[in-house]
Amino acid sequence: MDSIEVNNLTKKFGGFTAVNNVSFKVKRGEIFGFLGANGAGKTTTIKMLCGILTPSSGDALVAGFSVKDQPDMVKRNIGYMSQKFSLYNDLTVSENIEFFGGVYGLESKLFLERKKWALEIAGLRGKEKTITGDLPGGIKQRLALGTAVIHKPQIVFLDEPTSGVDPIARRQFWELINQLAQEDITVIVTTHYLEEAEYCNSLILMDSGEIIARGNVFELKNNYLNKTIYEIECEPTLLTLEILEENNIGDEITMYGNTIHVIAPKKDDVELTIRNALSSQNILLKSVKKIQPTLDDVFVHLLESKNET
Amino acid sequence: MKILLRIIKKEFLQFIRDPKMFRIVLIAPVVQLVLLGYAANLEVKVIHTAVYNQSKGTTSRNLLRELKATGYFHLDYYVNNYKELQKLIDRGNVVLGLVFDKDFDSNIGASRKASIQAVFDASDGNTATISAGYLQAAIQKFNRKISLITLSKKGKEVRFPANIEPITRVWFNPELKTRIFMVPGIMSLLLMIITITLTSLAIVKEKEIGTFDQLIVTPIKPYQLILGKFIPFVAVGLIVIVIVLTAMAVVFNISVKGSLLFLFASSLIFVLSTLGLGLFISTVTKTQQQAMMIATFGVMMPMIYLSGFAFPIVNMPVSIQYITYLIPLRYFIEIIRGVILKGLGLADLWTQFVILIFFGILILFLSSLRFKKKID
Ligand SMILES: Nc1ncnc2c1ncn2[C@@H]1O[C@H](COP(=O)(O)OP(=O)(O)OP(=O)(O)O)[C@@H](O)[C@H]1O
Ligand SMILES: [Mg+2]
Repeated sequence: MDSIEVNNLTKKFGGFTAVNNVSFKVKRGEIFGFLGANGAGKTTTIKMLCGILTPSSGDALVAGFSVKDQPDMVKRNIGYMSQKFSLYNDLTVSENIEFFGGVYGLESKLFLERKKWALEIAGLRGKEKTITGDLPGGIKQRLALGTAVIHKPQIVFLDEPTSGVDPIARRQFWELINQLAQEDITVIVTTHYLEEAEYCNSLILMDSGEIIARGNVFELKNNYLNKTIYEIECEPTLLTLEILEENNIGDEITMYGNTIHVIAPKKDDVELTIRNALSSQNILLKSVKKIQPTLDDVFVHLLESKNET
Repeated sequence: MKILLRIIKKEFLQFIRDPKMFRIVLIAPVVQLVLLGYAANLEVKVIHTAVYNQSKGTTSRNLLRELKATGYFHLDYYVNNYKELQKLIDRGNVVLGLVFDKDFDSNIGASRKASIQAVFDASDGNTATISAGYLQAAIQKFNRKISLITLSKKGKEVRFPANIEPITRVWFNPELKTRIFMVPGIMSLLLMIITITLTSLAIVKEKEIGTFDQLIVTPIKPYQLILGKFIPFVAVGLIVIVIVLTAMAVVFNISVKGSLLFLFASSLIFVLSTLGLGLFISTVTKTQQQAMMIATFGVMMPMIYLSGFAFPIVNMPVSIQYITYLIPLRYFIEIIRGVILKGLGLADLWTQFVILIFFGILILFLSSLRFKKKID
């Protein structure tokens, strides 16, 4: 069963189209990732799905309710952690939990149970009286997640929950997300970090308000990049880059740290061409090898080919 | 209902944890009341005067004695030329320079017209005008006296056809202390400032830190959110009134002549407008700083200038006078001054009361509509 079904969702701010005719489906219990650069339209899409921003056209069914016609029913069935959400810094841990538990109208037995759970996942048992503003970022984010799902919604939207959090805390946060998914909660999460895409069951990549790719990580790597990537280790890299470009080798040539990636169609083997082009020059060629494309490669490729058209 | 209580509780918790708020609400009003109360003092008590008497006869000395006797004129300096006089005025040592001509006394003796030159430092126009008034009154009085004397000297029985001396009695503010007039006005300002700023800041703060989106995604209804913000600040506003009334009684010895109940009822009606304006400000701003700017320069300053708080409305250009009818603060100040100074009640002030209700409902309704629209 689909937890979310989005049909031709569009949002215009004046003459500017922030989200353009977007459609996709999210299965129940899935971890669904939204990727995209700044301003791609991720937050705008999520706000529409939460029922707090009215679509300009199109509609979406969230937990079976239309975001356009029944936003209040949608709100009752979801949890949401906004991009900036950082709880009330001037309230204690316990007061924050009580406030959100209260506004969701939890009855006291369920509330106590959920409060205990929220404290547990944030690792804050016995520290209920701490002022929230004094907590470290990672713990605060977990507490924020705990309060966002205090009412046990079937769907939760997390807008860049891990931005500005250190890598260890990020990993712990993703473990928590996994735990939610195992409890059959659908998790929609946006992120800037491409490596986090690997944790998602399914992904969409947005750019300028449009979906430019979708699928799981494996599909994305295979379907959208029908090419081979060669990684070249050499010195000096800049000179190598120039030579390769002069010789028009492959479709795309990009620098990756101190290596160079050449992307070429699968059918032609360009390894030899590369070696020949460089051998005649003053270049120390350490290695040329075919590598698995990373999501980075896929996205750079997708964005570049989109900009060309 | 439960949700509303939750929000109110949260608001109070945040309020008491914020030392800045505590200062705004408890200390600032008293300090402002005292400072403004003294500063907004338009009366002139002492007129520092320098005398350049070229005549030195009896009459001139009598006049000076008379002036001194009023208690207002302090004859601090006697000088011997214009230059010195000029210097004293320039330095601000005196506001008034009195110059008697060489033939002042002889002129009077000969029943000719005698004149005195009075030089004012008009850099403070108010003080100068008021001092000039005092001087004129004093000289007139003296004039009458010497006419009587000279006439009787000539052996005539004197009877003025109508010797009318105006005896001015100022009601409600017998000592004509502007302070007494200003202080109730200051109380209305404080109530306005506190309710407008607290409301707009409390809402915009949530937007700024990102909890606003978090709130509207919960089942909280817009009206609950609005009430949850309003109720605590109305309570704070009422507490401030109590503080100010106490300070007023203790510091300025002004007590409320009319009904306290009517005073509080009007305050509650008045804050409908200010809360509405605060709510409106929160819908047009994104940061606390913006909200503060708009609240101060866009809303409160114009309200204060147009309310008749500082400048009497009758002295304004006619077109501006019409605008003042749109300022809720105007009516509230009329009510507050009426209740505190004159002991008036609903029977006398019902027009203002009804207009305030009307404005309150209108402003609150429109802002809530806008607020709700912004959320959806
Ligand atoms: N209320 C608004 N009025 C006008 N334009 C808006 C509004 N909200 C968002 N936008 C614009 O819509 C575009 C998409 O914004 P959105 O916040 O959805 O992007 P995003 O993918 O979440 O970006 P980020 O990674 O920075 O969070 C941006 O260009 C933004 O400036
Ligand atoms: Mg965003």
